[in-house]
Amino acid sequence: MNGLAAELNAVSKRYRYFLLDKVSLKLPEGQIMGLIGANGAGKSTTIRILMGLVHQDSGEVRVLGHRMPAGQIAAKRDIGFASEDMRLYDSMTLGWHMNFIRSIYPAWDAAYAQALLKRFSLCADQKIKGLSHGQRVKSTLLLVLARKPKLLVLDEPTTGLDPVARHEILRELTNVMADENRTILFSSHNTQDVEQISDVITFIDRGRIIDSMDKEIYLDRWRRLRLEVPLGTQLPALPGVIDVQQQGRLAVATANAFVPDLANAYENSGARVQCIQNMTLEEIFVANVEHSREEVEA
Amino acid sequence: MLDTEYTEYTQMHGGLTLSQSDKRPMYLQIMEQIKMQITVGDWKEGQPIPSIRQLAVDIGVSVITVKRAYQELEREGIIVTQQGKGSHVSTIPGLGASLREQELQQHLENAMRVAAQLGMRPKEVEKRLRDAGERLAEKETV
Repeated sequence: MNGLAAELNAVSKRYRYFLLDKVSLKLPEGQIMGLIGANGAGKSTTIRILMGLVHQDSGEVRVLGHRMPAGQIAAKRDIGFASEDMRLYDSMTLGWHMNFIRSIYPAWDAAYAQALLKRFSLCADQKIKGLSHGQRVKSTLLLVLARKPKLLVLDEPTTGLDPVARHEILRELTNVMADENRTILFSSHNTQDVEQISDVITFIDRGRIIDSMDKEIYLDRWRRLRLEVPLGTQLPALPGVIDVQQQGRLAVATANAFVPDLANAYENSGARVQCIQNMTLEEIFVANVEHSREEVEA
Repeated sequence: MLDTEYTEYTQMHGGLTLSQSDKRPMYLQIMEQIKMQITVGDWKEGQPIPSIRQLAVDIGVSVITVKRAYQELEREGIIVTQQGKGSHVSTIPGLGASLREQELQQHLENAMRVAAQLGMRPKEVEKRLRDAGERLAEKETV
């Protein structure tokens, strides 16, 4: 317990049109980390490097105690990886795949696999080619989950799913957490999913990590303050406030390091704080990406 | 051992459900619902409550969110956590009733705040409150 399931230290990878820039990450055992970022931000590259599927140009990667990519064969016994581009054999049934994986991984839990079949409303006798997108995703996940790997790495597990399927998958992921020695890393651009099930949130944009921290602390730091600004009052520039939009006598300040004193400081300047609002991860996501891009360009 | 637990978890939701249209943070929603369980008497004084991890699995949210809710409830004296022994509802006598009392207090304060914004004097609010009580009583006799 309390060890690190995975660690990236100053990992860089250059492609022709993309640079993953000195990415450092710590994924504690027993937690769920949600990796968020826009399309092309570097989520999948980070995941592929972590899996040893892509080799970094520089920097260190350690997964379940193994150095990557060198130790990937040993590490992969205990990692369950699922991504959208994973192929199942079209002409074979799901049951065939289950037997196949079972023959490779001794930790396969047949009773759990049966329970998952039922919970995901899947049928073992059905051939893969007849499955819908959602059923394929759930099948892939079943094959990975029933191995009971110590570390689950899931690239966009809920993308393109209907609400019921999404809900089934999120619930199964939180079920995994009943065992405190297991860890999940998943990427998503669905902020609602990330907000609901992650313990740690990591933001990635344009190949750089913008933030990586405890979700509760993170959500708590972001606030929107609605202000009434009398004519002639100048709003002060305050630390921790990343954006102020003012139109007439109403202003909205967005803070990424909120403390109650911030509201006092506005009041002292002559403005009236109408309300202080929490922000959803979606709102934070947008504000954060815009802010960090402005900073880079400045 | 874990296998049997997996099936149990999905059937049990601990009586808590989170709402996505509720704009408040999830930990606040969890706190409120736990208080409700205590107020209505489903969770009794001194009764052991699910571990943080267990409740997180039951409601399908992150461990860290439930942990936050438990920490805040502990700070308010509503639950007690003992290292290695888990958490239980506080043994303060009449805890359920006092939570209901707190709820009433909050509603009254909110009402006074709105009244102040409307420029209403306390006397007027008192009258409105009595009227509301009468209307409610009428409805109940019908």
